[in-house]
Amino acid sequence: MGMTMTQKILAAHAGLDKVAAGQLIEADLDLVLGNDITSPVAIKEMDKMNTTGVFDKDKIALVPDHFVPNKDIKSAEHCKCVREFAYRNEITNYFEVGEMGIEHALLPEKGLTVAGDVIIGADSHTCTYGALGAFSTGVGSTDMAAGMATGKAWFKVPAAIKFNLVGKLNKWVSGKDVILHIIGMIGVDGALYKSMEFVGEGVKNLSMDDRFTIANMAIEAGGKNGIFPVDEKAIAYMKEHSKKTYTIYEADSDAAYEKEYTIDLAALRPTIAFPHLPENTKTIDEIKEPVIIDQVVIGSCTNGRIDDLRCAAEVLKGKKIKKGMRCIILPATQSIYLQAMEEGLLRIFIEAGAVVSTPTCGPCLGGYMGILAAGERCVSTTNRNFVGRMGHVDSEVYLASPAVAAASAVTGQISSPYEL
Amino acid sequence: MKANGSVFKYGDNVDTDVIIPARYLNSSDPAELATHCMEDIDTDFIKKVKKGDIIVANKNFGCGSSREHAPIAIKAAGVSCVIAETFARIFYRNAINIGLPIIECPEASSGIEAGDEVEIDFDSGIITNKSRGTTFQGQPFPEFMQKIIKAEGLINYINNK
Ligand code: SF4
Repeated sequence: MGMTMTQKILAAHAGLDKVAAGQLIEADLDLVLGNDITSPVAIKEMDKMNTTGVFDKDKIALVPDHFVPNKDIKSAEHCKCVREFAYRNEITNYFEVGEMGIEHALLPEKGLTVAGDVIIGADSHTCTYGALGAFSTGVGSTDMAAGMATGKAWFKVPAAIKFNLVGKLNKWVSGKDVILHIIGMIGVDGALYKSMEFVGEGVKNLSMDDRFTIANMAIEAGGKNGIFPVDEKAIAYMKEHSKKTYTIYEADSDAAYEKEYTIDLAALRPTIAFPHLPENTKTIDEIKEPVIIDQVVIGSCTNGRIDDLRCAAEVLKGKKIKKGMRCIILPATQSIYLQAMEEGLLRIFIEAGAVVSTPTCGPCLGGYMGILAAGERCVSTTNRNFVGRMGHVDSEVYLASPAVAAASAVTGQISSPYEL
Repeated sequence: MKANGSVFKYGDNVDTDVIIPARYLNSSDPAELATHCMEDIDTDFIKKVKKGDIIVANKNFGCGSSREHAPIAIKAAGVSCVIAETFARIFYRNAINIGLPIIECPEASSGIEAGDEVEIDFDSGIITNKSRGTTFQGQPFPEFMQKIIKAEGLINYINNK
């Protein structure tokens, strides 16, 4: 029996010729990531270890992004803890406010994640880097501490589900709609403990930003990781952003998959996840009753990249956000922010009546800058719509693409970008 | 090793945002986190929970973010074990890594109700519902994980190596 792409990467990093689903292995790590919420807990754990320092100062990335710029005294203390640890250990990839971004948009952009890597991050959306053909997965702070100290982590080799993508997305349909469609189909535990392997001739029609969005939300289906084959687009992206050497792994032709699905990209429609689970999806055509909203958020590690901002700007150009609505737009990194400025997107947003903020997770996790009051509803391009995720327990979050979010900001209710 | 306590029962997909809402993540102090444990799903939990009590839930317990603050808050609230039909994978890892016992057992998850008195024998994996006189065989941990749990967490396990 052959191995999947994920299994091949894991075998190579465990020094084994072969691994099988269910096997427990210890693998070498190419990168260990933490943020301002998870790193302080990891640093505290590391202090308990008999160790003199980190395994490799170039293979750790520390990105304060959740409550940054510091939202209150406690967050400031957390960031201080991370900053001091970074300086004490001479961590190369520590990103201070002016050079930061949301971790999962920032690391690929900085060239720190490439094909064939094994990456752990104390953040569940670490699975994002599978877009580049890396094995990357979210862990907790203790794993992060052990990873920073030893350069290793234990894994149970995952079984796989294959998603065979065919065809091409239509105008206003994006990677977000692909992954929401999949989660709606298989459920929030549909890929529990498994790797989600996206393959097929349709992959070449997806932009890298679409792939990042899709891999990003593998965790919302319970997946251990999401992974794409490495094609010309991925190679071009890595050449542009990274100096690291990458390794291309391909699945064996006789690799085992527990399940296989075929998804016709051309058949997908703009898709929205209703409260309070990402699996509660409806296509735009299935929404019969108007859903009146109070706020729109466009940003996050899922949809705060340049393609997302361009799409939102295309919808918002020359239009006004409905009176009484709040629209908050957060470019995911400083360089995306700058690019959006140079392309004139920020002007379009501000003239439409949106606010544009510095990169931060902020509202995505109900942290700050866009908290919802009781009874309020928000259309958001983020990835989770759990109870209380963006504020009051009686508020509601509807997950959607940048196109749907922008269209909804104009009308004040969930709207189709086709009908503006 | 045994655990004994009364049960708090929850449904499917209990996520880390309701176990410990992000608005409290500007702290990493276990005692402080515990005071908000389960707040967004069950405001009574923290008022009623006693040391040794047990959480029983259905599928995909702990889904969502990787915050280790979730199992930490549960452990610091005094909970001795979480039993569920299935766990989300990062929560599962985190619980083992910090030494919070968790057991996957679909039969126990459907055969135990809120308020039942339950005893768990971690060595055998046997779960006894004392209120109803029923027993269930929970899934034992693989040997490697047992070693981590015996060492009371991954950090000690690595230190001992
Ligand atoms: S943007 Fe949201 S989901 Fe992404 S890392 Fe930040 S808090 Fe997590």
